Amino acid sequence: MPTLAVSAMGLDRPGIIAGVAERLAAHGANITDSRMAILRGHFAMTLIVEGAERAALDADLAKLGLEAVSVTEVPEAASHPRSEPTAVVAVHGADHPGIVAAVTRVLADGGVNVCDLQTRLARELYVMIIGVAVPPGLALEELDRRLQAVASEQGVTITLRPADVDVL
Amino acid sequence: MAVREILLHPHPLLTQRAERVDPADADGVVRDLLDTMRSFGHCVGIAAPQIAELVRIAVVDCTGHPKAPDAQGELVLINPVIVAASGSKVGREGCLSIPAFTANVRRATEITVEAEGLRLDASGFEARAIQHEIDHLDGLLFLDKVESLEADVFPRKSR
Repeated sequence: MPTLAVSAMGLDRPGIIAGVAERLAAHGANITDSRMAILRGHFAMTLIVEGAERAALDADLAKLGLEAVSVTEVPEAASHPRSEPTAVVAVHGADHPGIVAAVTRVLADGGVNVCDLQTRLARELYVMIIGVAVPPGLALEELDRRLQAVASEQGVTITLRPADVDVL
Repeated sequence: MAVREILLHPHPLLTQRAERVDPADADGVVRDLLDTMRSFGHCVGIAAPQIAELVRIAVVDCTGHPKAPDAQGELVLINPVIVAASGSKVGREGCLSIPAFTANVRRATEITVEAEGLRLDASGFEARAIQHEIDHLDGLLFLDKVESLEADVFPRKSR
């Protein structure tokens, strides 16, 4: 059976996960890694599942009446060599379109992998926190210099610092 | 004496570094900071940039706060510098300039501060409050210090 990526979104209410998970179980799909969150009143989830047949699962999930559902066959991914964050980028300032694009472009051009990215808007204050894996060849001082250039261009504050590594 | 308006983030003055100040010129700002802090019942500290004064002055008073049994009362910090810091602990903070959120922030637990006319040791919540206010003087907000939006930043009902 193939590995499937399932994503679903609906106006938040109790029972969305139960509905999706029951159908996955009925199709013999095993949920491996998943992420679920409420984003401005919309419930969003992305799951990697194994053991189900794509078309049948897709047809069944469509009956839930959610805003969006997709089931896609994906290749088995080897664990990514840089999937653990080594630094945190904090971005905050007045909201306007293009902040995420400008910041992540600088990261991408430096070969910096985004492991985790979340944003939140509160009135006009935009906040984005990114967990990043910085490649060994790129010094944090150099990355910070590039980020500060974007910060002044976008009129936001950007702080780069090493991730806490309190391993006990 | 005057209760001043609190600047809300994003305001450009909140992310700028404040200038050292001649203590002889500090009285007016100190008075306004104290008056403004007192006007909020729950406020344990405030820094000059929050009332649109880009000078290195902050006031802290943790008296009566349940997390600060050893609070030293009203502290007026003019040109403060943290000269020693040790320990590290995560604790919840709010900020008058960021009313939408509170956040978990890692701070030193024991600090020694030198400012005009005083040198003091502080610990625990009072040390946290002092570090938060001195950060304001460097244009830093607690949002610069959080690890994760999901795990560390929490929405707060707007007043």
